Amino acid sequence: MSSPWPEINITVNGESHAVQAPPIKRLLDVLREDLHLTGTKEGCGEGECGSCSVRMNGELVNSCLLPVLQAEGACIQTVEGLAFNGELRPLQQAFLACGGAQCGICTPGMLMAATQLLTINPHPSLSEIREGLAGNLCRCTGFIRIFESVIAAVTSAPTTETTVHAR
Amino acid sequence: MSTSERTRIVGASVPRKEGVDKLMGRACYVDDIEREGVWHGATVRSSIPRGLILSIGFGRHIDWPEFTVVTAADIPGSNHIQLIDSDQPCLADGKVNHAEEAILLLAHPDKHKLREAVDAVHIEYEPLPPVFTIEESERQNVIVWGADNIFKSFLLEKGNVDSVWAEAAHVVEGEYRTGAQEHLYIENNGFIADWSDDDGVTVWGSLQCPYYVHKALMAVFDLPTEKVRVVQTETGGAFGGKEDYPSTLAAHAALLAMKSGHSIKMVYDRMEDLAATTKRHPARIRHRTALDASGKLLAMEIDLATDGGAYSTLSSTVLSRATLHSPGPYVCPNVRVRSRAWATNTVPYGAFRGFGAPQAIFAVERHMDEIAAAIGLDPIELRRRNFLHDGDTTATEQVMREPVILDQLLDRALTESNYAAKRAQFARENPASPIKRGMGIAAFYHGAGFTGSGERTLNSLAGVDVTPQGQVRVLVSSTEYGQGTNTILTQIAAEAIGLNMEDVVMAPPDTGIVPNSGPTVASRTAMVVGKLIERASLQLVALLRKDAGLGDDFTREEFFAACVRYRATHGDIVSLCRYEAPPNIFWDDQKYRGEAYPAYAWSIHVAQLAVDTVTYSAEVEEFWAVQEVGRVLNPVLAGGQIEGGVAQGIGYALYEKVVWQNGRMANNQMTNYIMPTAEDVPPIHVFFAEIPFHHGGYGAKGIGELPHDGPAPAILNAIKDATGVSFHAIPLLPEDLFAGLTAIEEAAAL
Repeated sequence: MSSPWPEINITVNGESHAVQAPPIKRLLDVLREDLHLTGTKEGCGEGECGSCSVRMNGELVNSCLLPVLQAEGACIQTVEGLAFNGELRPLQQAFLACGGAQCGICTPGMLMAATQLLTINPHPSLSEIREGLAGNLCRCTGFIRIFESVIAAVTSAPTTETTVHAR
Repeated sequence: MSTSERTRIVGASVPRKEGVDKLMGRACYVDDIEREGVWHGATVRSSIPRGLILSIGFGRHIDWPEFTVVTAADIPGSNHIQLIDSDQPCLADGKVNHAEEAILLLAHPDKHKLREAVDAVHIEYEPLPPVFTIEESERQNVIVWGADNIFKSFLLEKGNVDSVWAEAAHVVEGEYRTGAQEHLYIENNGFIADWSDDDGVTVWGSLQCPYYVHKALMAVFDLPTEKVRVVQTETGGAFGGKEDYPSTLAAHAALLAMKSGHSIKMVYDRMEDLAATTKRHPARIRHRTALDASGKLLAMEIDLATDGGAYSTLSSTVLSRATLHSPGPYVCPNVRVRSRAWATNTVPYGAFRGFGAPQAIFAVERHMDEIAAAIGLDPIELRRRNFLHDGDTTATEQVMREPVILDQLLDRALTESNYAAKRAQFARENPASPIKRGMGIAAFYHGAGFTGSGERTLNSLAGVDVTPQGQVRVLVSSTEYGQGTNTILTQIAAEAIGLNMEDVVMAPPDTGIVPNSGPTVASRTAMVVGKLIERASLQLVALLRKDAGLGDDFTREEFFAACVRYRATHGDIVSLCRYEAPPNIFWDDQKYRGEAYPAYAWSIHVAQLAVDTVTYSAEVEEFWAVQEVGRVLNPVLAGGQIEGGVAQGIGYALYEKVVWQNGRMANNQMTNYIMPTAEDVPPIHVFFAEIPFHHGGYGAKGIGELPHDGPAPAILNAIKDATGVSFHAIPLLPEDLFAGLTAIEEAAAL
């Protein structure tokens, strides 16, 4: 039986997919149900908690608010696309070493928000880190060790100089 | 003694055991589990706070034969959720006692068809008068639970408070109130359930206490132990909110699985989770305190009332912990605490980090500042003159046998925060500034483990085994939900046996595999369960020495070679230990006297706060937390516990307000129930003093709940310091600050 829905083409973590889904299906559900990429989480379903954050064409988006039709032709990065050849990236290593993840449910979205921040601003100050992560709620850590993780990732990156300032 | 030895792994910040999975997006939470042929479940809930169910109708536009429908009549066993008591029905039968109470369950293969079907179930009620507040319940004009609306009451008496009032130099009274608080774990409640006639019920879910769910399912399905299996999936935060509620959701999913013949997945969305699940008990606490001319406490009379909601759930034990923490960390010869938990027609209140202590400590630590102001003594000095020390007795006449170093913790907190200089600076700057700054402190203890004889009753069993594949496994039902259970327990086992972290894993949190090491609550995992794992690990080494020729010193290869020899001759390698109470522990439940807790963690919090008198916002600018929690097993994880608890405590004080409308949470969304964000939390400075506790795992005491106890009183004390105005209730939102500060200004203008 052929699907009643037109194909929507998206590239996720470097792989192209032709998804047959209702055009208003949330990108979050397409990632989780159609592509079986369950690393991206749903926390609130209304764009408030940031657990579903993914990067789309170089922007950070809440995938719970985005109809998949709007992702036609887009390049999307999810938490599953962060590690390189199965090795943790410096940002992930820093979260591990600094205690940036506790229960882990906000972690995928937090990692995507931090990745986005460091992409547009490789040397963020503490207040820029706070602002960059303000759309992602974490109930476990009090955020302190998440800030430390981002700072550590910046300072451990081999070719960069740090300009992290205390508030 | 192991706790005093140098250690290789315990005390080191080894990375979180399941951390890599969480950072790769591989950790499997319940909603991540895909199951062939799964059906989805949904709940039809009460729309009124109290009443009789007259009829249940099904709208004609729905193709009902496609659905499975479960009512109370489908329950094969007993229609109750077994906890301390058995008053809460699994599904309402004939009457409802709170809005959002579950009445009927639906399942369908297409989850998108469920919402319309839920809306198409029409329930006709005969409303009964509801009770919404402690005061309404106290009046007892309307009885909504038992004979008198009282779930539980305690009377704690030491000395004779009545003999003191007349001769006291000072008597100070105050009333303090705390509101409901949502856990707001980022992963909502969820379960998957299977049923088979041969194997009974199996559930997988987000939960803290596998054996609580196990016990509840046995009652609902009238099944023996071996026909119920509970498996914890990766759990995205809990904070007490997944202590008792998962029993209800597991039962609902399993009932649908039994009737439909399909696997059932039920995962709440945020609005349902907020509206229908437990929250922190609201409380009203009255203090009347007598002091002598030098500021020494002579008598404390405390009246403590909590709102328990519609069913008893954990209200009695929350009330017990509130009662035992209500006099604070002070010596007082005469104490009377009268406490009651009252029934109302709201969602039942349940466990939440601190478990009654944050309410009690808010009251006593705010009250200490009120006393200081009333008698003209510095709040720091008032506390110093009354602190508990080694050898003193608490309100339950428990002798402090372990070292108590509150003075040292206070000194450290004052030094690190530069308290005196900052107070002086703010006092100079405030008059000319629209921003009023202040400093506030709170001093407190938190009892670790179950209250009184609770740990003896739990009689926990835990241990280690060695698999044929050559891995040591930690066998506990104590679960990981972010606090670090997996990491600290494998650290303890690896340390005690003499292995590396990679050699030790957690056995799956599955009641078919692990013994009952008790619930994952009450700051008991590191102390109580940690000690069991330490003992079981040492017992395993002794066993291998005795029966498998393991030498005094050994390499990991020699250890696993000995395991192979042991297995060949003796079979499975399992070492289990059962809880043993520390000696000289005695608790009298009737008189409420004795060793209330085996150990206490101690802490001083300092808040630096700014009140903007233009916007009426209060901002915590900096926060210091100094504590003694026994041995710190993993500094990074321990620091994370303190910081996370402080952040939740800041939310409790200044942000988080549950708005009630006709007994229902009206702001059940993350857009209007506000928690602190990355831009709201201040720098939090954490300092540990370590005094190993001999009866805890490698010297650990409890840590998880402690940091939630102090922020609210420290913050409101800082607001008093900043503005000169005393506030007696939390949450304290900008509109409350506006009302309080402008009332003072208007009064001054008259």
